[in-house]
Amino acid sequence: MKSLAELQAIKDRMRSKIVLREGTGEIRVVVGMATCGIAAGARPVLSAFVEEVNNAGLSGQVTVSQTGCVGLCQYEPIVEVLEAGKDKVTYVKMTPDKVKEVVEKHLKGGNVVTAYTVAGAN
Amino acid sequence: MIRSHILICGGTGCTSSGSQTLQKAFNENIEAFGLAEEVKLVQTGCFGLCALGPIVIIYPDGTFYSRVTADDVKEIVEEHLLKGRIVERLVYRDKEAEGVVEKAASELSLADTNFYKSQKRIVLRNCGVIDPDNIEEYIAMDGYAALGKALTEMTPDEVIKVVSDSGLRGRGGGGFPTGRKWALCAPNKADQKYVVCNADEGDPGAFMDRSILEGDPHCIIEAMTICGYAVGATKGYVYVRAEYPIAVTRLQHAIDQAKEYGLLGKNIFNSGFDFDLEIKLGAGAFVCGEETALMTSIEGNRGEPRPRPPYPAVKGLFNRPTVENNVETFANIPQIILKGAEWFSSMGTERSKGTKVFALGGKIEHTGLVEIPMGVTLNTIINEIGGGIPGGKKFKAAQTGGPSGGCIPASLIDTEVDYDNLVSIGCMMGSGGLIVMDEDNCMVDMAKFFLEFTVDESCGKCTPCRVGTKRLLELLDKITQGNGTLEDIDRLEELCNYIKQNSLCGLGQTAPNPVLATLKFFRDEYIAHVVDKVCPAGVCKGLINFIIDQDKCIGCGKCAKNCPADAITRTDYIAPGHKLASFTIDTSKCVKCGACVAGCKFNAIYKK
Repeated sequence: MKSLAELQAIKDRMRSKIVLREGTGEIRVVVGMATCGIAAGARPVLSAFVEEVNNAGLSGQVTVSQTGCVGLCQYEPIVEVLEAGKDKVTYVKMTPDKVKEVVEKHLKGGNVVTAYTVAGAN
Repeated sequence: MIRSHILICGGTGCTSSGSQTLQKAFNENIEAFGLAEEVKLVQTGCFGLCALGPIVIIYPDGTFYSRVTADDVKEIVEEHLLKGRIVERLVYRDKEAEGVVEKAASELSLADTNFYKSQKRIVLRNCGVIDPDNIEEYIAMDGYAALGKALTEMTPDEVIKVVSDSGLRGRGGGGFPTGRKWALCAPNKADQKYVVCNADEGDPGAFMDRSILEGDPHCIIEAMTICGYAVGATKGYVYVRAEYPIAVTRLQHAIDQAKEYGLLGKNIFNSGFDFDLEIKLGAGAFVCGEETALMTSIEGNRGEPRPRPPYPAVKGLFNRPTVENNVETFANIPQIILKGAEWFSSMGTERSKGTKVFALGGKIEHTGLVEIPMGVTLNTIINEIGGGIPGGKKFKAAQTGGPSGGCIPASLIDTEVDYDNLVSIGCMMGSGGLIVMDEDNCMVDMAKFFLEFTVDESCGKCTPCRVGTKRLLELLDKITQGNGTLEDIDRLEELCNYIKQNSLCGLGQTAPNPVLATLKFFRDEYIAHVVDKVCPAGVCKGLINFIIDQDKCIGCGKCAKNCPADAITRTDYIAPGHKLASFTIDTSKCVKCGACVAGCKFNAIYKK
């Protein structure tokens, strides 16, 4: 180890890997992973969120988590986005492609992708 | 892409309650459910709640599972990791939270539980958070940043000044100001100077230093290197007990990694400063925790103390200037350098800054490891963080400082714990072992237990300690046998003071403390032993008899079967309402083991 920059580089690289353990970020993305969700393809959706959030450099602010049955089985995979002080946003019938868009527009840009929400689906 | 971390405690407590088999089970199940790409298993250091081990925490949810067995693992993996459903039955809850069904377990954050909420984790900040075997995880938590700052931005004098200004005092028990210790060593010129870490934790019931080494070994390496830079030493030794195999292995691994990353060795951070570190194993002699005996032991000699002065700062290890600090003291250093003296001195009381780690043991619900700001009351430690006394028993006293310490009686439970308050009530902080005693503990017997320990551990070099402690023990023995007199109590006190004043090292100087403290606060118990010939707590075998209540005994004979001394025989008395004749105990044959009481389902046997 010859410089502080070298140390900082290791720190930056490792930060994103263990930030997971520091409790919940400002934004929580919760993927419904009950049997209905898994059958409808929730697992690739969950993986896509983890990957896209990381790629977007948001792992410090966004916690990707999972939950059981959300109750709207016909709309699975369902993803809820929870943010303090804001209304809960519920995305339905999610796919890895939609995930990419949600991460880009909503999590990064702050604009809800209305077309994929419950309201939009109706 | 990893989306979840499973943290399993790999401290000594959880290892002995089976955390290694859990790891295996987790690996198998993660594989079986095809989650190997998404879930990472991490072995960490101690979380603190040893009584509830093995402990597993799953992130990002922060779900805290306690008393997990290998049989539970499949359910956790399938339910929690695959389907996102928390396994409620394994989640740790506060006593008060029990029955609060509407509050989802995941919402009760770990930091909000009674056990954690009054704690302030500086020394233990990485214990139970990072993988101690992975230097990069330590670096991610600001590890080695303090060393970088010290070597590249600060002069040695500035480092010493920050440590002095922080008010940090030695955590091994004595409470000597750390900054002053460094400042005394720094100006001394020599061809070689040393930094020594005292990890010879020997008090019965103490496991603070052990847990730090197991959970965050890199912080000790970093702190010792900073100390070396500050005082001009290029070589360090960690003296650790061979009985701490996990700590030794992890520390050695950490040293190897630090060397590999160039954080130990030549020209660290291109500053021209070299530092090398080596582990010395101790053979488990209590006296080797005394600083001069420890250095004598590192030199390869029999661990015996030497007279001071000269102090180690002038003539220490191999007769060279040496700084010796305890593990917990060192563990504070990186944070002090990073966050500044003011940050540190804002915590604690007027003359005791920062936090203190305690190992809670004895009659307490949450046996384990806690870190609290100085000045928190004993009541908070025992009843809030520690969860109180099991079985609804009454708190009697807390023993601090092990065989060198004293006890705090129930009447002083509101004492704010810091160095000076404890000394003012005739006790001492000690290294942090805190043994809780309830109404079933006899204080004379407790003093005798610690004296037995010091008699065994006295190195024998000086007479007051070698002979004096032996005579003390004999007097205590006499008292607990029921043969003591009031004069014996006076002689006990006189001898205690003599040993204190005349012993060569800390071991002898503090050995009478358990006797003096109990004499001060529980003199009535001593008097009961010598005048009334009773042991109020019913512990001292010479003073108790086991008696069978003839009217409660149904004559089942279980006690007679359990008795190893054949002291229990059947009488010819049949109590009203019973069918069989009752039993009786021949007190002349009874060895007072208590096996009869333990086996009696009818509470017919009592102690008197």
